[in-house]
Amino acid sequence: MGDPAGPRRPYRNVARWIEKTGIDLLNMRREEAEAIFRRIGITFAVYGEGGDPERLIPFDMIPRIFSAAEWRRVSAGVKQRARALNAFLYDIYHRGEIMRAGIIPEHLVYRNEAFLPEMIGVEPPGRVYSHIVGVDIVRTDAEDFLVLEDNCRTPSGVSYMLENREIMMRMFPDLFSRAKVEPVDTYPDELKKSLAEVAPPACKGDPCIALLTPGPFNSAYYEHSYLADLMGIELVEPGDLFVDEGKVWMRTTRGPQQVDVIYRRIDDDYIDPLAFRPDSMLGVQGLFNAYRAGNVTLCSAPGAGIADDKAIYIFVPDMVRFYLGEEPILKNVQTWRCALQDDCAHVLDNLKDLVVKEVHGSGGYGMLVGPKATKEERKAYAERIKADPDNFIAQPTLNLSTSPTMGDEGLSGRHVDFRPYCLVGAETRLVPGGLTRVALKKGSLVVNSSQGGGVKDTWVLSE
Amino acid sequence: MMLSRTANNLFWLARYMERAEATARLIEMGQRMALLPGPKESNEWRSVMMAAGAVDAVDGDKTVSEARVVKTLLLSADNPTSVRYCLERARANARAVRTSLTQQQWETLNDGWRRFEKMTTSEARKNLGDHLDWVKTRAATFRGATEGFMLRNDRYDFLHLGAYIERANMTLRLLDVKYYVLLPETEVVGGGRDHYQWRSILLALSGHRAYHHNYDGDYSPWKITDFLVLSSRFPRSLKFCYGGIRLHLDRLAEHYGESHQCSETANAMLEKLSTKDLGEIFQSGLHEFIMGAIGTTYRLSDEISDAYHF
Repeated sequence: MGDPAGPRRPYRNVARWIEKTGIDLLNMRREEAEAIFRRIGITFAVYGEGGDPERLIPFDMIPRIFSAAEWRRVSAGVKQRARALNAFLYDIYHRGEIMRAGIIPEHLVYRNEAFLPEMIGVEPPGRVYSHIVGVDIVRTDAEDFLVLEDNCRTPSGVSYMLENREIMMRMFPDLFSRAKVEPVDTYPDELKKSLAEVAPPACKGDPCIALLTPGPFNSAYYEHSYLADLMGIELVEPGDLFVDEGKVWMRTTRGPQQVDVIYRRIDDDYIDPLAFRPDSMLGVQGLFNAYRAGNVTLCSAPGAGIADDKAIYIFVPDMVRFYLGEEPILKNVQTWRCALQDDCAHVLDNLKDLVVKEVHGSGGYGMLVGPKATKEERKAYAERIKADPDNFIAQPTLNLSTSPTMGDEGLSGRHVDFRPYCLVGAETRLVPGGLTRVALKKGSLVVNSSQGGGVKDTWVLSE
Repeated sequence: MMLSRTANNLFWLARYMERAEATARLIEMGQRMALLPGPKESNEWRSVMMAAGAVDAVDGDKTVSEARVVKTLLLSADNPTSVRYCLERARANARAVRTSLTQQQWETLNDGWRRFEKMTTSEARKNLGDHLDWVKTRAATFRGATEGFMLRNDRYDFLHLGAYIERANMTLRLLDVKYYVLLPETEVVGGGRDHYQWRSILLALSGHRAYHHNYDGDYSPWKITDFLVLSSRFPRSLKFCYGGIRLHLDRLAEHYGESHQCSETANAMLEKLSTKDLGEIFQSGLHEFIMGAIGTTYRLSDEISDAYHF
């Protein structure tokens, strides 16, 4: 919103409804919603902080709304990006054209920790590496959507998209009868379709698909079991799988059953102790060999993570032009790479206006929000940058758009970001919606759930 | 067909729920017996601990206090028969197989599973009756959610196999602890003490009223043993439990198109329970019979794991 003329057009219906319903009733409903979340067990785990090991993500009841026209643009931009990122992954594990063309420096790829030499020459079905691409998007003005980062490994949070809608429809049915909101509940079917499409060519008939989770102690375990359930596929832990004669099997009550496609929610490092980390307790011995032999498809492919590396991020618009021959629909946030001398000097001079991130970090940990940091914190951080400039990038603090959000004292604007989940199989699919995260602290820009962020339902209005 | 781990989780989930309830009923029995004007030295609390398998906790001590029992059998975080431990394990097993459970089953297990986590012994004793009722209600609600809504597939069978094995086990353990009161020789002793002792067994299995329906009143060790071992109507009797085990093993055999050693073991036991009468059991020794049945039940549990790869 943020427009002095009042709420933007798509919000008007909701604004009227809020006025009619009244804040007290809404606050009551919020408690109701939390009780429902708690009872059905939608929680996430926060490591090493003590307290309740299973927490709720705060839920804000005011939906974030996209008009049909806005969505068309976001949707086209996200799909375009997902296609370009997969083309990039195929390229770097094969001929490396984009580096030969001088667009991306070789060392950023080949010496990147996320680059897996073991993947060179491997042909994943459909040439798809990242089957679920989560693109984190923010808005700074009425025109533009900017991409903060891509998530090409195993982006989480889609269960909130589904559950938030479920809760909203349960609690405010009349709201949905006024506004025509595109449904999101087709996501599990679309995901299953995408996974089935990338089954190994040798697999005849209906592929056996399984979701591989590290287990109940993983912070996203709820989501894993929820998705497996909605897709009607088995939720397997590494101990349920074994490799025999280059094929992957799961242990069942009727003996071994072959698995064709694995939607894995375990990092590369931990999928196979034979191929990667020998100390891993999590993996399945021989899984990577079975994958290379083409007997099983891993989603995402090992090594896909390099596409969402922050050092690579800068080049995504170039990838769109290079591989697709199109102009990028979504822009990047301006980014300085401390690895470059000029950029580094600029960053150190302007720390108080910038957000600095570690290249390989995630989840909002280890970053510096310049304007919010104390002088001492900035100074200490500057030393870290100087010690290892390659490890840092910086971006301007954005004038992020806000979205109306419930507080104890009523409605006010809070900063939001948005993550749609793009599915890539034989086709590229995008369900009209996604996860809106909201910084619940006034003025805060950090929306991560581990740092006090909350979630909202996201509406795409139909034409 | 399902993951072997899922079968394992369902089997144990049901065992822990059954056990939590059985332990709650045992404590309840102890509480009732402690209130009755029986001789103090009989120490019902001690036999409660022994029936719950907490033998280490009572070793050497002559008398056991209620506080001790509450601490060990209700609140302990690591005694595998304590109510708290069982509820936590049941929920952990359920969490690992949420997709196999109905929403209502899960909610029953998830609601209040941390109730005993921070409770002190004195807090627990203040409202002991309420806490035990709560546990029994949990178990009943879970059973209701299972019967009312769960699809009758192999998941349902593994859940019931776990429940019946655990229940048979509990009945046998209680008989084992009490077998000396059930020996026919003690009948001549008569008097109040035995009366209370016999009653306590029925109380622990909540079979008190059912017994009266079946046997018209008076307590006798013969009838009680008959009721707990050979009755085909009382749902906690050995025969009834084995009947349930056979039913679900048969269903699995039909569903999967093959049967295993565990079916033979269950059938042999049922055969024995159907053809033997009480006289024969007492003749060859009640204690020996109970020990044999406990061994068979353990073996059966292992055979089920083997047959279904968990």
